[in-house]
Amino acid sequence: MTGHLKSWPIVLALSILSAPLVLMYVYLFIDTFTNAPPGSFIPNEFTLEHWTFLWHTPPGRLSIWRVTLNSLMFATSTATLVVVVSSMAGYVLSRLNVPARGFFLAGVMVLHAFPAITLIVAIFLVLQIVGLYNTLIGVILVKAAIDMPLGIWLMKGFYDTVPWEIEMAGIQDGASRFTVWRKLVLPQVKPGIFALGLFAFLLGWGEFILPQVLAPSGNAQVLSVYLAALIADDNNFDMALFKSVGLFYIAPVLILFFFFQSYLMNIYGGGSKG
Amino acid sequence: MRILLDKFSKSFGDVRVIEDMTLEINDGEMLALLGPSGCGKSTTLFAICGIHKVTGGRILFGDRDMTGVPSQERNVGVVFQSYALYPHMTVAENIAFPLRIRKLPEAEVKRQMEEMANLVHIEALLDRRPAELSGGQQQRVALARALVRRPNVLLLDEPLANLDAKLRLEMRSEIRRIQLETGITAILVTHDQVEAMSMCDRIAIMNAGEIIQIATPQEMYRNPRTAFVAGFLGNPPIAFIDAVASNGTLTVKDADIRLPVPPNTETPPDGTPVIVGIRPENLGRDGDAPIRGRISFVETQGRENLYDLTLANGSVLRSIQRESDDVSLNDEVEWRVRSDQLFLFAQNGERL
Repeated sequence: MTGHLKSWPIVLALSILSAPLVLMYVYLFIDTFTNAPPGSFIPNEFTLEHWTFLWHTPPGRLSIWRVTLNSLMFATSTATLVVVVSSMAGYVLSRLNVPARGFFLAGVMVLHAFPAITLIVAIFLVLQIVGLYNTLIGVILVKAAIDMPLGIWLMKGFYDTVPWEIEMAGIQDGASRFTVWRKLVLPQVKPGIFALGLFAFLLGWGEFILPQVLAPSGNAQVLSVYLAALIADDNNFDMALFKSVGLFYIAPVLILFFFFQSYLMNIYGGGSKG
Repeated sequence: MRILLDKFSKSFGDVRVIEDMTLEINDGEMLALLGPSGCGKSTTLFAICGIHKVTGGRILFGDRDMTGVPSQERNVGVVFQSYALYPHMTVAENIAFPLRIRKLPEAEVKRQMEEMANLVHIEALLDRRPAELSGGQQQRVALARALVRRPNVLLLDEPLANLDAKLRLEMRSEIRRIQLETGITAILVTHDQVEAMSMCDRIAIMNAGEIIQIATPQEMYRNPRTAFVAGFLGNPPIAFIDAVASNGTLTVKDADIRLPVPPNTETPPDGTPVIVGIRPENLGRDGDAPIRGRISFVETQGRENLYDLTLANGSVLRSIQRESDDVSLNDEVEWRVRSDQLFLFAQNGERL
């Protein structure tokens, strides 16, 4: 109990400091369901009018469901790509005696630390030339490539904890190296695969800059870009609509976090058994 | 199946671990590779199963040269020290894995898997996962998995090292029983002389990448070829003292002790320095050559007592005797040694 007494000033200070944040989130929620008289923070009526975007598509915009589907496809595809490539590349870097292994390991590290945004002009040009500009596939490829170094490094960490003997036993039992990986090693790193997949999905879901620059308009629009377009639209400025779409946008993230937080924590354990 | 290592060499980079080693293992025999850590016994094992590529020489299974054959096709069963069971599979799936890899029909897989489970007595555990098993049970599963595909040879890499003392005793006889029942050729790698002596038909004792002696456990204990072999076998271990040959006897310097030259040993020329090995069970109340000393340590082992006997020149001998109360710490005693059981070694450790 003394511990609680001692720490209360800290708790109080933290509470005061984080109160603005909490208030903002509270109002993000409240404002989407209510109207307040001008100049007041206290709402005076309940309304669903800010959520009409769900069933009513204003002219000149994509349907919210189309955009959500885009976001979902974008996040799922990048996550799948990252998981598939990382789970193989991580294994190779962890176990196989490939030429220039050290170079690749260092390279992956450097790429991970490399601010991808500095490449945006070059990527833009490349996508234009190959005809993937303003397409979902184009952004998916770019996003997956940028997330991959982290994924590879993480998966290597998970593979490093799998005992060698399991692989030796598999080889002695007559399995090919690929079968050993597929049937014996991969199941050992399942927590890592799951965590990485979730992580990559959330990264994709939250990505703004890449879709904004590489697929800003047309049918490839994702939620973050849609949201940005709302606030940039000076003709129909609607703060409450912006908040509603924002809430709609973060809801899946919150739900995923709520259900799978223990898996995500795995990422930070660096692959120690979870 | 007969296994032959023919002038086998292995080096890692510039480090030569094993050079020109020749070793033959007879069909159906269980052979121990015994030696201290780093002597190359595990390297030899991994070369036989194909995990390490050999640097020189050949490895033959029967008449077939396996030197360049990949591990998967050698059909070698290996039991690892950590058992290396597949954690995500049940016991049944673990044992069946080698058969499924060979794409045997499912009914056949099930039949052979159950037959093997019966042999190692784990029928009741088939649905469990390795994490739910005790060390001894995991060991049995590992054995079953290694044996289920009827391998050419069974390799056991320190299989008992992770078990507690009581289980070790039980698994020692179990492994031997299973080996005899299946009639499989087996190689046991161990640094524990008790395991090697109790489980195997023959022992190959290794040191620094070389086989020092190959013999049956009994023969090796009775007739060690070098001081290293004598020192490695036996618990409590043999004690060595320095002596000098003079007038057909062996004089221990500064201790007023004269020992006869054991029979079947050529009397060394006068003045030759020698090393005398005396096993603890051969020093005691019975014998023909007296040895005087002071009891410097007593260890009660229940049925027997182990004594350290410090001689006048400071050398220490060990004696193991039936438990008794008539001597105690710091007593001066005159005990006897059975001179026909002495071992004589040259300064370089070679038996004389």
